[in-house]
Amino acid sequence: MRFKTFTSPHMSPARSVNRVMRQVLYALVPGTVAMAWFFGWGVLVNVLLAVTVALAAEALMLMARRRPVKPFVTDLSAVVAGWLFALAVPPLTPWWITLIGVGFAIVVAKHLYGGLGYNPFNPAMVGYVAVVISFPREMTLWLPPGTLADMAFTLPQTLQVIFLGQLPPGLTWDMITGATPLDRIQTELAMDRSLSDIQASPFFGAVAGRGWEWINLFFLLGGLWLIQRRVITWHVPVAMLGSLALISGLFWLINPEVYASPLFHLFSGAAILGAFFIATDPVSGSTTPMGRLVFGAGVGILAYVIRAWGGYAEGVAFAILLMNMMAPTIDHYTQPRVFGKTPARKEG
Amino acid sequence: MTSTPHKLWRFNGGLKLPDHKAESTQETVFKAPLAEYLTLPLRQHIGEMAQPVVKAGDKVYKGQIIARCDTYVGAHIHAPTSGRVRGIEEHPVPHPSGLTAPCVVIEVDGDEDWGEHRMPPIEDLQNLDPARLRHRVREGGLVGMGGAAFPSAVKLNPRPQQAIDTLVVNGAECEPYITCDDMLMRTRADAVIQGLLLVKRTLQPRQCLIGIEDNKPEALRAMTEALGGEENDNIRIVALPSIYPAGGERQLIRVLTGREVPSEGLPADVGVVCHNVGTLANIYRAVIRGEPLISRIVTVTGSGVKRPRNLRVPFGTPISHLVAHAGGYSDDVERLIMGGPMMGFALASDQVPIVKGTNCILAARGEEVDPPGPVMPCIRCGECVRVCPANLLPQQLYWFTRARDFDKAQDYSLFDCIECGCCAHVCPSNIPLVQFYRFAKNEIWSQEREKQEADAARVRHEMRQERLAREKREKAERMNRKKQALNDKPAEDKAADTGNDPKKAAIQAALERAQAKKAAQGADTTPPDQGKPPSDTRTQEKTR
Repeated sequence: MRFKTFTSPHMSPARSVNRVMRQVLYALVPGTVAMAWFFGWGVLVNVLLAVTVALAAEALMLMARRRPVKPFVTDLSAVVAGWLFALAVPPLTPWWITLIGVGFAIVVAKHLYGGLGYNPFNPAMVGYVAVVISFPREMTLWLPPGTLADMAFTLPQTLQVIFLGQLPPGLTWDMITGATPLDRIQTELAMDRSLSDIQASPFFGAVAGRGWEWINLFFLLGGLWLIQRRVITWHVPVAMLGSLALISGLFWLINPEVYASPLFHLFSGAAILGAFFIATDPVSGSTTPMGRLVFGAGVGILAYVIRAWGGYAEGVAFAILLMNMMAPTIDHYTQPRVFGKTPARKEG
Repeated sequence: MTSTPHKLWRFNGGLKLPDHKAESTQETVFKAPLAEYLTLPLRQHIGEMAQPVVKAGDKVYKGQIIARCDTYVGAHIHAPTSGRVRGIEEHPVPHPSGLTAPCVVIEVDGDEDWGEHRMPPIEDLQNLDPARLRHRVREGGLVGMGGAAFPSAVKLNPRPQQAIDTLVVNGAECEPYITCDDMLMRTRADAVIQGLLLVKRTLQPRQCLIGIEDNKPEALRAMTEALGGEENDNIRIVALPSIYPAGGERQLIRVLTGREVPSEGLPADVGVVCHNVGTLANIYRAVIRGEPLISRIVTVTGSGVKRPRNLRVPFGTPISHLVAHAGGYSDDVERLIMGGPMMGFALASDQVPIVKGTNCILAARGEEVDPPGPVMPCIRCGECVRVCPANLLPQQLYWFTRARDFDKAQDYSLFDCIECGCCAHVCPSNIPLVQFYRFAKNEIWSQEREKQEADAARVRHEMRQERLAREKREKAERMNRKKQALNDKPAEDKAADTGNDPKKAAIQAALERAQAKKAAQGADTTPPDQGKPPSDTRTQEKTR
């Protein structure tokens, strides 16, 4: 009798790309729900829209590149990219910005570089940065967290704003939008107000922006679950959040009236989402254990530098893209010592 | 126990795998009935191929040497039972390539007749001479039972500069499904311990460490009983965490001693010799019963056979025969693997024989060994880096191999890959990583071989050129000498003559003058040398 032959190992594989991506998506759910709780339907509409655009762009690009569509669309990597993009942009982002941002992420940042596994930069962040620098006004139109809002939008109202650009009667953009906590600190510091004054506003919560604290806490839970499920390793989050806490703590100790506390930095903005979900993107990040520590630390420090002294209130996206550039070099210089080889051997 | 727990070290990575050991340990070891024919490949160990010493039609006795291998790294092959040699034929052998190789085929007569071929038992074990033990092991054709089939005598003969202080006994058996060592320890723990004592006397190590994975509690118990405690006479039984590949020699040595065998070295370089439990039992068997290595325990398991179990089988038994004694195949058997699921190779046919290195036959159904799904691009997730017990960067090796950049692959320590399969097992993209590494290694080897062949050809060519030149030179010299002799002789005669006859001398002198003149005209570069006969000049011209 004839048998099928394959090469070893013959054990059923333990994981698949689809499974990895699916777990990332599960882990995003709590934070996303929390975000929707505070910012309304817009968050969910954005996620749905971005994911749809991502899948469509992915399918179109696969067809254009004459690649099999099904295995790549079902690997869910495009869904993850779209979802992350949706979490990065303001809750009432016009539909065409999502279209451009996600389209750019999938078409240019991903497929023009060779598709899954070949992109040197994190696609979601490329898409986000592209719209941030192209449409700066729209990208700062954050809503104040729901607990503070005078009125919450209904789903039809939200759809109307996102797809038709029509605000409910009697409202103007100025009335409904506000800055993110990081934005607010940056602008008000520029007006020579002290941090203790700024943070005395009800806009801020116990440690960071009101609402943002909770959102970040839920992203943190999802991230810890990913580590526990061995989808990601602890190296990047720990290094990134650690370095961010360290450097912000240092400046905070020097002058707490000008520099926000480490907890504020960790729980406002995208630090936690970035640390667990974006900087851990395997394709564009570092892969050696030591390299991941270096990579994460670099992201944390750069994010702080941009937040504190750069032109943008939030620095995580830029920091990740900058470190993406460094990843191959970091990998080269952080090769683990091979079993049975003396460390002295290292050449070139 | 009174002893303190033995300190264990870790190796990087590794995997916790479902061990599937229970299936084949339900029954005790069963001695498989003889097959009709035994097919014995001439190469069953690492090293040179054995040379047959029997021919078609010869009557052979059980235990008789039928093929010798007298190189240092080699092992003889013995007739597993009595019968008649049908011939030395090309036959499919267990090898991933599925190619054929020369085999001695024995038609079994069923008498199990040893004739005079049982080696005499060695009596005085207390004073056993190391050289005698080595000789016995060598004559018995013993090889390591762990799967690699390295000739055992070599491991009993460390070089003087390698001071062996530790003997490691490998009872880890870390691959899923395989239980032949487990069952051996359960049923023949005494033989293992006795074999260990023999080897201990030869190597004189300071300590002996028996490593057994903790998923074999019965084996641990039986061995402890046979030793008379967890620690006795500087021998210690250590339960190891079950982390694949803890049974890899280098990994086991690391776990038990904390030492790392150098990348290009051998365990002896760090003072360790490692023997598999099965090897030790065979050493004991060879010494006290005088039996060479003619059979072994093989695990026949997997959901593809109806009655998974361990069988003691003579070498050369066809796998199909073995499967028949494990209840036969289940209906939807798909894959037949020799060895374990992580490192074994898939066989296309069950008409190949059991050889010395065969520890397991795994017949698997589809759901047990998913046919690899579509291969996706590497997403650089680094999971392979995390599990690699050799601390390599498997994905980098994969990229280099894909790009056929073999130099870079070697820079990244390709040859330190032990092909354990951990990386491929965890790869979410389903990339057959080990296959890439094997390919790369083969390419490098064949390039090396080509280079060596080219070098050899060049050396051969140069030597030929040199030889031709030398022959020409020697021929010329010979002719020279001959001519010289011919010329000298008449000169003597002439001298003798001229002395007697002035007229003749005058003619001779005139002749010589004329010849010299002629030569001076002919050869414009060399002025005529009076002392040299002109013929000489011509010879030289020819030689040039």
